[in-house]
Amino acid sequence: MNDDKTKGPGSDMLSGVSKSSRDGSGALDKETQTKIGQQLRAMYDEVVRQGVPDRFADLLKELERREDQEPKS
Amino acid sequence: MTIDPALRDAVLAAIPKLRAFAISLSGNVDRADDLVQETMLRALANIHSFQPGTNLQAWLFTILRNLFRSEYRKRKREVEDVDGRHADSLVSHPEQDSNLEFKELRVALGKLPQDQREALILVGASGFSYEEAAAICECAVGTIKSRVNRARHRLASELSIERAEDIGPDPAVRAVMAGKLR
Repeated sequence: MNDDKTKGPGSDMLSGVSKSSRDGSGALDKETQTKIGQQLRAMYDEVVRQGVPDRFADLLKELERREDQEPKS
Repeated sequence: MTIDPALRDAVLAAIPKLRAFAISLSGNVDRADDLVQETMLRALANIHSFQPGTNLQAWLFTILRNLFRSEYRKRKREVEDVDGRHADSLVSHPEQDSNLEFKELRVALGKLPQDQREALILVGASGFSYEEAAAICECAVGTIKSRVNRARHRLASELSIERAEDIGPDPAVRAVMAGKLR
Protein backbone atom coordinates (compact mmCIF):
# COMPACT_ATOMS: atom_id res chain seq x y z
CA MET A 1 0.00 0.00 0.00
CA ASN A 2 2.64 2.50 0.99
CA ASP A 3 5.38 1.45 -1.35
CA ASP A 4 4.33 3.53 -4.34
CA LYS A 5 3.97 6.92 -2.71
CA THR A 6 7.59 7.89 -2.64
CA LYS A 7 7.88 9.88 -5.84
CA GLY A 8 5.77 12.81 -4.58
CA PRO A 9 7.38 16.19 -4.85
CA GLY A 10 7.78 16.59 -1.11
CA SER A 11 6.62 19.94 0.24
CA ASP A 12 4.91 20.66 -3.06
CA MET A 13 2.77 17.57 -2.53
CA LEU A 14 -0.71 19.01 -2.95
CA SER A 15 -0.08 21.09 -6.02
CA GLY A 16 1.67 18.12 -7.57
CA VAL A 17 -1.32 15.85 -7.11
CA SER A 18 -3.61 17.05 -9.84
CA LYS A 19 -0.81 17.19 -12.36
CA SER A 20 0.30 13.66 -11.65
CA SER A 21 -3.32 12.50 -11.71
CA ARG A 22 -3.71 13.85 -15.16
CA ASP A 23 -0.62 12.35 -16.70
CA GLY A 24 -0.96 9.10 -14.74
CA SER A 25 2.58 9.19 -13.41
CA GLY A 26 3.91 9.63 -9.92
CA ALA A 27 1.94 8.84 -6.82
CA LEU A 28 -1.40 9.99 -5.57
CA ASP A 29 -1.47 11.58 -2.18
CA LYS A 30 -2.43 9.35 0.65
CA GLU A 31 -5.91 10.79 1.23
CA THR A 32 -6.87 10.25 -2.38
CA GLN A 33 -5.68 6.66 -2.22
CA THR A 34 -7.59 6.15 1.00
CA LYS A 35 -10.74 7.65 -0.45
CA ILE A 36 -10.61 5.43 -3.52
CA GLY A 37 -9.87 2.39 -1.40
CA GLN A 38 -12.80 3.08 0.90
CA GLN A 39 -15.22 3.52 -1.97
CA LEU A 40 -14.05 0.38 -3.72
CA ARG A 41 -14.32 -1.72 -0.59
CA ALA A 42 -17.73 -0.29 0.29
CA MET A 43 -19.01 -1.17 -3.17
CA TYR A 44 -17.46 -4.62 -3.01
CA ASP A 45 -18.63 -5.39 0.50
CA GLU A 46 -22.16 -4.43 -0.38
CA VAL A 47 -22.24 -7.42 -2.73
CA VAL A 48 -20.37 -9.69 -0.31
CA ARG A 49 -22.98 -8.98 2.36
CA GLN A 50 -25.70 -10.35 0.10
CA GLY A 51 -24.31 -13.78 0.92
CA VAL A 52 -24.89 -16.84 -1.23
CA PRO A 53 -27.96 -16.53 -3.47
CA ASP A 54 -30.23 -19.58 -3.42
CA ARG A 55 -29.42 -20.41 -7.01
CA PHE A 56 -25.89 -21.46 -6.07
CA ALA A 57 -26.79 -23.49 -3.01
CA ASP A 58 -29.53 -25.20 -5.03
CA LEU A 59 -27.14 -25.97 -7.86
CA LEU A 60 -24.69 -27.56 -5.50
CA LYS A 61 -27.42 -29.71 -3.94
CA GLU A 62 -28.55 -30.77 -7.40
CA LEU A 63 -25.01 -31.75 -8.37
CA GLU A 64 -24.63 -33.84 -5.26
CA ARG A 65 -27.99 -35.49 -5.80
CA ARG A 66 -26.94 -36.49 -9.31
CA GLU A 67 -23.67 -37.87 -8.04
CA ASP A 68 -25.47 -40.02 -5.53
CA GLN A 69 -27.55 -41.47 -8.33
CA GLU A 70 -24.57 -42.45 -10.42
CA PRO A 71 -22.25 -44.35 -8.12
CA LYS A 72 -19.32 -44.21 -10.48
CA SER A 73 -15.99 -42.60 -9.80
CA MET B 1 -16.32 -38.37 -8.15
CA THR B 2 -17.60 -37.29 -4.77
CA ILE B 3 -16.76 -33.84 -3.58
CA ASP B 4 -15.02 -33.55 -0.27
CA PRO B 5 -17.61 -31.81 1.96
CA ALA B 6 -15.00 -29.47 3.41
CA LEU B 7 -13.94 -28.34 -0.05
CA ARG B 8 -17.54 -28.06 -1.12
CA ASP B 9 -18.27 -25.79 1.83
CA ALA B 10 -15.18 -23.73 1.08
CA VAL B 11 -16.32 -23.24 -2.51
CA LEU B 12 -19.75 -22.18 -1.30
CA ALA B 13 -18.21 -19.80 1.22
CA ALA B 14 -16.18 -18.13 -1.53
CA ILE B 15 -19.25 -17.32 -3.62
CA PRO B 16 -20.06 -13.89 -2.13
CA LYS B 17 -16.56 -12.65 -2.94
CA LEU B 18 -16.58 -14.25 -6.36
CA ARG B 19 -19.83 -12.43 -7.10
CA ALA B 20 -18.41 -9.13 -5.94
CA PHE B 21 -15.39 -9.66 -8.20
CA ALA B 22 -17.55 -10.73 -11.15
CA ILE B 23 -19.89 -7.76 -10.78
CA SER B 24 -16.94 -5.39 -10.60
CA LEU B 25 -15.47 -6.93 -13.75
CA SER B 26 -18.59 -7.13 -15.86
CA GLY B 27 -20.69 -4.32 -14.42
CA ASN B 28 -23.72 -6.54 -14.84
CA VAL B 29 -25.31 -8.61 -12.09
CA ASP B 30 -26.90 -11.24 -14.33
CA ARG B 31 -23.78 -11.78 -16.36
CA ALA B 32 -21.77 -11.90 -13.16
CA ASP B 33 -23.97 -14.60 -11.64
CA ASP B 34 -23.69 -16.70 -14.79
CA LEU B 35 -19.96 -16.28 -14.56
CA VAL B 36 -19.92 -17.38 -10.93
CA GLN B 37 -22.05 -20.41 -11.74
CA GLU B 38 -19.73 -21.41 -14.57
CA THR B 39 -16.77 -20.91 -12.24
CA MET B 40 -18.38 -23.16 -9.65
CA LEU B 41 -19.05 -25.91 -12.19
CA ARG B 42 -15.52 -25.75 -13.56
CA ALA B 43 -14.01 -25.74 -10.12
CA LEU B 44 -15.97 -28.77 -8.98
CA ALA B 45 -15.26 -30.63 -12.21
CA ASN B 46 -11.55 -29.96 -11.78
CA ILE B 47 -11.36 -30.09 -8.03
CA HIS B 48 -8.74 -32.85 -8.24
CA SER B 49 -6.33 -30.35 -9.77
CA PHE B 50 -6.63 -28.07 -6.74
CA GLN B 51 -3.69 -28.56 -4.42
CA PRO B 52 -4.88 -28.81 -0.83
CA GLY B 53 -3.20 -26.29 1.40
CA THR B 54 -2.94 -23.67 -1.32
CA ASN B 55 -5.23 -20.68 -1.57
CA LEU B 56 -8.63 -21.95 -2.71
CA GLN B 57 -9.98 -18.46 -3.13
CA ALA B 58 -7.14 -17.41 -5.39
CA TRP B 59 -7.65 -20.58 -7.42
CA LEU B 60 -11.36 -19.80 -7.86
CA PHE B 61 -10.64 -16.18 -8.76
CA THR B 62 -8.20 -17.39 -11.41
CA ILE B 63 -10.86 -19.60 -12.97
CA LEU B 64 -13.41 -16.78 -12.94
CA ARG B 65 -11.00 -14.30 -14.43
CA ASN B 66 -10.05 -16.66 -17.25
CA LEU B 67 -13.69 -17.39 -18.00
CA PHE B 68 -14.47 -13.69 -18.05
CA ARG B 69 -11.61 -12.95 -20.41
CA SER B 70 -12.45 -15.69 -22.86
CA GLU B 71 -16.09 -14.63 -22.86
CA TYR B 72 -15.01 -11.03 -23.32
CA ARG B 73 -12.86 -11.93 -26.30
CA LYS B 74 -15.76 -13.80 -27.84
CA ARG B 75 -18.07 -10.83 -27.36
CA LYS B 76 -15.53 -8.47 -28.72
CA ARG B 77 -15.39 -10.44 -31.91
CA GLU B 78 -19.15 -10.21 -32.20
CA VAL B 79 -19.59 -6.56 -31.37
CA GLU B 80 -16.91 -3.94 -31.56
CA ASP B 81 -16.38 -2.68 -28.05
CA VAL B 82 -16.19 1.01 -27.41
CA ASP B 83 -15.03 2.88 -24.40
CA GLY B 84 -17.83 3.13 -21.90
CA ARG B 85 -19.90 0.31 -23.31
CA HIS B 86 -19.19 -1.62 -20.14
CA ALA B 87 -20.61 1.27 -18.17
CA ASP B 88 -23.66 1.46 -20.40
CA SER B 89 -24.44 -2.17 -19.75
CA LEU B 90 -24.89 -1.56 -16.06
CA VAL B 91 -27.88 -3.37 -14.74
CA SER B 92 -29.18 -3.17 -11.24
CA HIS B 93 -31.58 -5.63 -9.76
CA PRO B 94 -34.78 -4.07 -8.46
CA GLU B 95 -34.06 -5.37 -4.98
CA GLN B 96 -30.61 -3.86 -5.07
CA ASP B 97 -31.45 -0.19 -4.97
CA SER B 98 -28.31 0.44 -3.04
CA ASN B 99 -26.39 -0.25 -6.24
CA LEU B 100 -27.25 3.29 -7.18
CA GLU B 101 -25.03 4.48 -4.39
CA PHE B 102 -22.03 3.27 -6.29
CA LYS B 103 -23.17 4.14 -9.78
CA GLU B 104 -20.58 6.84 -10.24
CA LEU B 105 -17.83 4.54 -9.10
CA ARG B 106 -19.03 1.67 -11.28
CA VAL B 107 -19.19 3.91 -14.32
CA ALA B 108 -15.66 5.14 -13.63
CA LEU B 109 -14.47 1.56 -13.16
CA GLY B 110 -16.10 0.63 -16.44
CA LYS B 111 -13.95 3.16 -18.24
CA LEU B 112 -10.72 1.57 -17.09
CA PRO B 113 -8.85 -0.82 -19.35
CA GLN B 114 -9.64 -4.36 -18.31
CA ASP B 115 -6.12 -5.12 -17.07
CA GLN B 116 -6.20 -2.13 -14.76
CA ARG B 117 -9.72 -2.78 -13.55
CA GLU B 118 -9.05 -6.34 -12.48
CA ALA B 119 -5.75 -5.44 -10.81
CA LEU B 120 -7.34 -2.63 -8.84
CA ILE B 121 -10.27 -4.76 -7.70
CA LEU B 122 -8.09 -7.68 -6.65
CA VAL B 123 -5.72 -5.53 -4.63
CA GLY B 124 -7.94 -2.63 -3.62
CA ALA B 125 -11.18 -4.45 -2.82
CA SER B 126 -10.72 -8.22 -2.66
CA GLY B 127 -7.77 -7.83 -0.35
CA PHE B 128 -5.28 -9.96 -2.27
CA SER B 129 -1.61 -9.14 -1.96
CA TYR B 130 0.27 -7.89 -5.02
CA GLU B 131 1.87 -11.33 -5.23
CA GLU B 132 -1.46 -13.16 -5.15
CA ALA B 133 -2.97 -10.77 -7.69
CA ALA B 134 0.02 -11.33 -9.96
CA ALA B 135 -0.50 -15.10 -9.74
CA ILE B 136 -4.22 -14.73 -10.53
CA CYS B 137 -3.50 -12.48 -13.52
CA GLU B 138 -0.48 -14.52 -14.60
CA CYS B 139 1.84 -11.56 -14.77
CA ALA B 140 4.76 -10.04 -12.86
CA VAL B 141 4.28 -8.37 -9.48
CA GLY B 142 5.69 -5.12 -10.88
CA THR B 143 3.11 -5.20 -13.66
CA ILE B 144 0.31 -5.48 -11.11
CA LYS B 145 1.73 -2.60 -9.11
CA SER B 146 1.88 -0.33 -12.11
CA ARG B 147 -1.62 -1.33 -13.25
CA VAL B 148 -3.02 -0.60 -9.80
CA ASN B 149 -1.24 2.73 -9.73
CA ARG B 150 -2.50 3.75 -13.17
CA ALA B 151 -6.00 2.59 -12.28
CA ARG B 152 -6.02 4.73 -9.14
CA HIS B 153 -4.90 7.79 -11.10
CA ARG B 154 -7.54 7.26 -13.71
CA LEU B 155 -10.26 6.73 -11.11
CA ALA B 156 -9.14 9.77 -9.17
CA SER B 157 -9.51 11.96 -12.23
CA GLU B 158 -12.78 10.31 -13.31
CA LEU B 159 -14.23 10.87 -9.86
CA SER B 160 -12.67 14.32 -9.66
CA ILE B 161 -10.77 13.49 -6.52
CA GLU B 162 -7.95 15.71 -7.56
CA ARG B 163 -7.04 17.20 -4.25
CA ALA B 164 -7.16 15.94 -0.74
CA GLU B 165 -9.23 18.87 0.52
CA ASP B 166 -12.03 18.07 -1.95
CA ILE B 167 -12.56 14.81 -0.22
CA GLY B 168 -15.55 14.58 2.00
CA PRO B 169 -16.82 11.05 2.05
CA ASP B 170 -20.02 11.11 0.05
CA PRO B 171 -23.19 10.41 2.07
CA ALA B 172 -23.71 6.97 0.56
CA VAL B 173 -20.26 5.74 1.42
CA ARG B 174 -20.42 7.31 4.84
CA ALA B 175 -23.72 5.55 5.53
CA VAL B 176 -22.25 2.23 4.52
CA MET B 177 -19.17 2.72 6.60
CA ALA B 178 -21.03 3.95 9.64
CA GLY B 179 -24.21 2.00 9.91
CA LYS B 180 -24.67 -0.97 7.69
CA LEU B 181 -21.55 -2.81 8.65
CA ARG B 182 -22.83 -3.65 12.08
